[in-house]
Amino acid sequence: MSELQLKDFYDGFRNPDVIGGLAKLINEEAKQLPHPINIMEVCGGHTHSIMKYGLPQLMPQNIKFIHGPGCPVCIMPKERIDHAYILSQQEDVILVTLGDMIKVPGSKGSLQDARAKGADVRFVYSPLDVLKISVENPEKKVIFFAIGFETTAPMTVALIDTVIKRGIKNIFFHINHVTVPEVMVELIDSRDEHVDSYNNRIDAFLGPSHVSVITGAKIYEKFPKEYNRPVVVSGFEPVDVMEAILMLVRQFNEQRCELEIQYKRLVSYEGNLKAQQLVEKYFEKADLFKWRGLGNIPESGYKLKNEYSELDAQIIYDAILPKEEIEDHKLCICGDILRGMANPPECTIFGTACKPSSPLGSCMVSSEGACAAYYKYGNLLK
Amino acid sequence: MTKYVTLAHGNGGEENNELISKVFYKAFENEILSKSEDAAVIHNGALAFSTDSFTVSPIFFPGGDIGKLAICGTCNDLAMMGAAPKYLTCSVIIEEGFAIRDLENIVRSMKKELEINGAIVVSGDTKVVPKGAVDKIFINTTGIGEIQQRGISSNNITQDDVILLSRDIGRHGATIFVAREGMDFGSSLQSDCASLYIQVKALMDAGIKITALRDATRGGVAAVLNEWAKQSNICIEVDEETIPVSSEVYGSCEMLGFEPLNLANEGTFVLAIPKEYAQRALEVLHQFENSSNAVAIGKVSDAYIAKVILNSSYGTKRFLDLPTGELLPRIC
Repeated sequence: MSELQLKDFYDGFRNPDVIGGLAKLINEEAKQLPHPINIMEVCGGHTHSIMKYGLPQLMPQNIKFIHGPGCPVCIMPKERIDHAYILSQQEDVILVTLGDMIKVPGSKGSLQDARAKGADVRFVYSPLDVLKISVENPEKKVIFFAIGFETTAPMTVALIDTVIKRGIKNIFFHINHVTVPEVMVELIDSRDEHVDSYNNRIDAFLGPSHVSVITGAKIYEKFPKEYNRPVVVSGFEPVDVMEAILMLVRQFNEQRCELEIQYKRLVSYEGNLKAQQLVEKYFEKADLFKWRGLGNIPESGYKLKNEYSELDAQIIYDAILPKEEIEDHKLCICGDILRGMANPPECTIFGTACKPSSPLGSCMVSSEGACAAYYKYGNLLK
Repeated sequence: MTKYVTLAHGNGGEENNELISKVFYKAFENEILSKSEDAAVIHNGALAFSTDSFTVSPIFFPGGDIGKLAICGTCNDLAMMGAAPKYLTCSVIIEEGFAIRDLENIVRSMKKELEINGAIVVSGDTKVVPKGAVDKIFINTTGIGEIQQRGISSNNITQDDVILLSRDIGRHGATIFVAREGMDFGSSLQSDCASLYIQVKALMDAGIKITALRDATRGGVAAVLNEWAKQSNICIEVDEETIPVSSEVYGSCEMLGFEPLNLANEGTFVLAIPKEYAQRALEVLHQFENSSNAVAIGKVSDAYIAKVILNSSYGTKRFLDLPTGELLPRIC
C-alpha cells in the first residue's frame, strides 16, 4: 500500500478537468439566473484562491465577485499595530506574532522596521512556539500579539490555558482576535460614508470554511433567514470555490435562500465544541473593535476576560499605549471595495502610491487583501 | 525606499532590486555593471567575473553545506555566461569558537566541488571575529572564468527563443526552511545544490546556440523570468503545469504558505534557447541526472511587455510577479 501523501489532500481539488467542467455547468445554469448576482467571498483565503486561479475569468457576465474583509492582517487598524510597535521597543520585551504581521505599517512603521532598528520581534507559525521562547529567555517578558479570526483564536487560548496551568510568569497577551458574522452584518447594514448611502451590492456569501471548522456553519444561519442572503460555506481550493458558486446559482434559480455547506469534509453545523468552550472560558466580546477601512464595529472582536487581566498586555502597559484614533488614508477607498461598490483598479492610488511593498490601505496589506491580490495576479481579462 | 535595511531587502525580489539600484548602482554606475548579468563580461568578452557571499543557516543541510554552496554559487554564475570557471578567491569570516573539524569538512567539500568545475582557489583571506559578530561562518568567493561561447546575455532574448527549465524547482529553499524549523516530513527532500558548468559545457559542445542562461537562486524561477522580461523588454508566457515540482517541495509549500516558483534553487537553471535548438538542448540535458526532467516551460511574446504570464490548462491566466517581502533570509 502506498503511503498517504500531503498532495493527496489537494490534488483532486485543483484538477483542471473538474474546474473546466464546473465552469461549463455554472455558465450554462447562470443563463437562468433571475438577475445578475454579486457574490462576496468573505475570507481572504478565498480572495487569494480566486485571484490566483483566475476564477473570475471563468465566470459568465452575470456573476461577479466582491472581495470581502476576511483578512485579519489587512483589517488590523494602525492604532493596534502601533501598540505592537511600542511594546516591541520596551527593553525587556520580546514581541511575538504570526508571520503575516511582519510588514503591516502602522503610523510609526512596521514590525519589520522595528526589528531593523533593534527591537526583538519574532515570528512564529504556531502560538505554542511562544513557550519555547519564554523558556529560553526567562529574564524577558514575552508578549504574544494575537491576531486572526475564529480560526486562530483557539490556538491563542490553548497557549493561555498552558500559561495558566503551568504558572508561567513571563508570557503576556495582546488580543486582536476578530469575528466574522458581525462584519458581515456591518457590510449589509452600514452606511457608506463615501456615497452617503446604505448601499451594498452583496447578493450572496461564500462563507469562510476554516472559521466554520471551529464555530460550525451555524454562525451564518441568520443571513438567509434575517437578511435574505444565501450562504455556502466553501473550501479554499479552486474546485471547492467553483462548486460553491454552482450551489449558489442553483439556490437563485430554484428560488431558495439557504445556508449550505460545500466543505463537508471538515465543516459541521455545530463545529468544534471543545474549542468553542475554551474560547468562551478566556475571551469575551469587546464592545467595539475598529477595523481598518471599515471603522468601529460592535462586538466584532475579543478581549481577555477581566479575571485574566494579569496576562493582558493592554492593561499592564496601559500607560504607554496610545488611545487616539488614527484616520485611514484620505484617498483610500478600501471601505467601498469591501462593500462591493468599487474595484481595486478604480482607486486613484492603486499600484502607484499604494503597493504591496508600501501599502496605504488595508486591502493592499497582505496577499489575502483584495488590492494586493489584484496587484499581484493582475486581472488579465477585464 | 525605507530608512533602514530590513530582511526584505535581501529577498532576491522587488525590495532587493530596489536596494541595489538605488544605493549600489547609483554609486558604481558603469556600462558593465548596468547589464545586470549573473557575471560581468570583461576583457573584450573573453572573461567572466563574479562574486558571491554565503551566510546560509544551517551550515550543513541535506544535499550540501556552506562550502559546497560557496563554490557552486560563484562557479554557476560564471557558467551562466558560458564561461569555464578557472580561478577563485576565497575569504572566510569565522566566529570565535567554531569547531576546526567543521571547518575541515567545509573546506573538503569546497575542494571536491572545485575539482568538478576544473577550477582552483588562487588567493584567500581569513578573519576570526569575537563570538556573536557573525553566526558561525560566512564565506565569500570571487571567480574568473574563460568564456567559451560569446554573446550569452539576458538582454538579448526575443520571440525566436523558447524558455527551458533544467529540473524540478524549489528544493534548496524548501530544504533550508524545513531544516531550520526542525520540521520532518520524513521525506527525501534534499537541496539541489550542484555545479552546472558540466551541463552548460555539454550544451555548447553539442553546438547549441544559447541566448541566455540564469541559475534560479534567491527569488527562484519567478525572479529569473521577471528579470529577463524586463531586461529584454519581452513578455514571457509560461504554461504553469509544465513546471516540475516534486511532491515534497509542493507539500512543504502548502504547509508553509510559499510558492514553489519563489523558492531558491542552487543547481537549477532557466534557459532561453532559439526554437531550432530547443529540442536538441533538452536531449543534451536529459543525459544528466541533475537535469533528467528538463522541460520547455514557455515562450516569448509581446502580449504584456516586461511581464510574465502564467497560463493554466483550464484557460485562465495571471501575472507572475517578482517575489516581495521577507521570503526566507539566509538561504545562501
